[in-house]
Amino acid sequence: TLRLICTTTAVQRKNVGASGPEKYTEAFIKKQIEEFNLGKRHLANMMGEDPETFTQEDIDRAIAYLFPSGLFDKQARPMMKHPTEVFPEQRKIQWGEDGRPFHFLFYTGKQSYYSLMHETYEKFLNVQKHQDQLIAQDLPLQKEKRNLAGSRWLTKIELEEMLLEKLSDDDYSRFIQLLQKLVALPCADIEENYIQKFCKEVPVQLQRVVIEPLQYDEQGVAFSTGEGKRKTARATAIVYDNGTGKITVNGTDILHYFPVLQDREQLLFPFQFLGRIGKHDMVCTVSGGGRSAQAGAIRLASAKALRSFVTEKEVEFMRQAGLLTVDPRVKERKKPGQEGPRRKFTWKKR
Amino acid sequence: QLEHGCALHTAARGGLSSVSSQDVPAERPREVFHTSESDPAKHTEQHEGRLYNIPLEEVKAVFPHGLPYRFQQQIRTFNEARVMVRRPALELLACLKGSNLAHPAVRYVIYGERGTGKTMTLCHVVHYCSRQGWLVLHVPDAHLWVKNCKELLQSSYNKDRLDQPLQASVWLKNFKTSNERFLQEIKTQKKYMWGKQESTEEGRPLGEVVEQGLARVRSASDAVGVVLREIKQQSHRGSFRLLVAVDGVNALWGRTTLRKEDKSPVCPEELTLVHNLRKMVRNDWSGGAIVTTLSQTGSLFQPSSAYTPHELLGKEGFDALDPFVPIPVANYSPREFESCYGYYLERKWLQHEKAHTEDGKAELRFLSGSNPRQLDRLAGPL
Repeated sequence: TLRLICTTTAVQRKNVGASGPEKYTEAFIKKQIEEFNLGKRHLANMMGEDPETFTQEDIDRAIAYLFPSGLFDKQARPMMKHPTEVFPEQRKIQWGEDGRPFHFLFYTGKQSYYSLMHETYEKFLNVQKHQDQLIAQDLPLQKEKRNLAGSRWLTKIELEEMLLEKLSDDDYSRFIQLLQKLVALPCADIEENYIQKFCKEVPVQLQRVVIEPLQYDEQGVAFSTGEGKRKTARATAIVYDNGTGKITVNGTDILHYFPVLQDREQLLFPFQFLGRIGKHDMVCTVSGGGRSAQAGAIRLASAKALRSFVTEKEVEFMRQAGLLTVDPRVKERKKPGQEGPRRKFTWKKR
Repeated sequence: QLEHGCALHTAARGGLSSVSSQDVPAERPREVFHTSESDPAKHTEQHEGRLYNIPLEEVKAVFPHGLPYRFQQQIRTFNEARVMVRRPALELLACLKGSNLAHPAVRYVIYGERGTGKTMTLCHVVHYCSRQGWLVLHVPDAHLWVKNCKELLQSSYNKDRLDQPLQASVWLKNFKTSNERFLQEIKTQKKYMWGKQESTEEGRPLGEVVEQGLARVRSASDAVGVVLREIKQQSHRGSFRLLVAVDGVNALWGRTTLRKEDKSPVCPEELTLVHNLRKMVRNDWSGGAIVTTLSQTGSLFQPSSAYTPHELLGKEGFDALDPFVPIPVANYSPREFESCYGYYLERKWLQHEKAHTEDGKAELRFLSGSNPRQLDRLAGPL
């Protein structure tokens, strides 16, 4: 059976569309759309813009301006979107006035799933027939393999959204197995269009981030800068090449600035990981936060600066080691009715 | 460098008794870090960065109380005392060798950041002087005299001053161990009264004064004062040379944590020991040298970033010690770091597998910042 190992935020969302038959009637949705368009024109009028050319981005900006909110969860903030985005897709009523269902597989319970399986199997048989024909004609079979590395199959939730009905894990795994069998056949290129509907590209994380090239200062020594932050500390680091491993923080030596061994170990980590301990000099400035936060901020800044000196593969290693990620942990706010962020008051029985 | 080691070995054999390196001269570059030159008099720039051995009996005789605590632990663990020859010590030794003893005593102040080896430099110099036959007046840590004193007696000699019998007796005992033969040679020049009945006549050996101090603990501080005065007066004559070695000299002019019975704070001048020591450190005598160290670690009411003579001595101390020869001590140079690391490796002190690699060495150098104390503490758990 297939087990989903890496999860994305898409997986965590609940699929409301497949839960049951209509909760919102078509007339209701139509009315919502009309109201939305009217409201859009009113909003454009209020903001002094042209109602005809008022796009969704302008709406978002206007709402953020009129109703500013400091809530962390973006979904919790006030928003104005087209009703089709707000109300999830619902299955329309599947039977006619006389009570007869439209689809022939309605009484199986999972009509779209079984129809999908039938379709896929039809394609499979098609490909096999084509293959037999080619063998009969003694023509060579095409062997262009699809690039499976950069793509993944649809997740169970995405498939549920597509079919608008609930699936079980077993069903989902059977469907994926069928697709894989289909792709494994040599002549599967014929049905490429059909298979593309069930694939998704996995963008490589690294390509989004731009690595700055090295800069050179007066003496011709290469250097690069990086910035980092942790909790409330902000740090900038300038890493010079051809050095002796000397590090200066805010004008003082690290031995004096960080008397604790733990902080110095944090500073050592990026250099040790790349094996360049004695090769670079570093000058950093840091402010805010406490002792540990400043050490973490400098570590991030130096790792970012070292990216320019190092090959792409090593940058990928650093990213996987967690040297290039900003640590999102901040002090949690205290809630009313509790003593701290999590600690409740002492419970007294009476 | 291998040839140097061997050549010195043969040269030293002709000289004073030196303990040779224990192992068979092996394939490993052991000689690079060690030198079998056990006499500080013969140390030159060639030996810089290398460790030399002091035989354990000498350690007990010369340093009953001078060495830092961690170094004493290291001696007990490794069963040998290895001291590194470093540039500040070599400079000091050169100055001492070239100094003219007819002139007033020159004052040297060793200063530097925390944990860079000031006390060890002082001990190196003390070892040299004791080998040369000087009379060594070694005060291990002047800070011990201005803090944590359980008993304070009012001095019988001078009503204003306060005595510290415990510290004085401890110091007298150690002084006796280190300078046995001088105590028989030097004779008192005056008659001293200890209380109503006891007295020391003129012309008695100084050892008797010391015995008196040890026996009658109440008058130990006065005994110390007497010893210091006698030695100072007699060093003029040139029958012996005197080295005054004080560690933590900034304690003499700082503040104390001691309080009198009426809870008023005690100034350092009011302590007999401090008063007498100040007189010694003044350069109004000739026939020797004064070598002192500044120390922030034991100092009271000083910020931890202070290390220059001006900050640590204060105005009073600076004026009192002025003029002096400052000797800065810095962290390990790369060569010294290599030899220290090699020594730990060779004595199997670094047990961690990674510590044997080049990367491990680079890590140690980074994390300790080439500071001797940090390196010592880092290498401990490894």
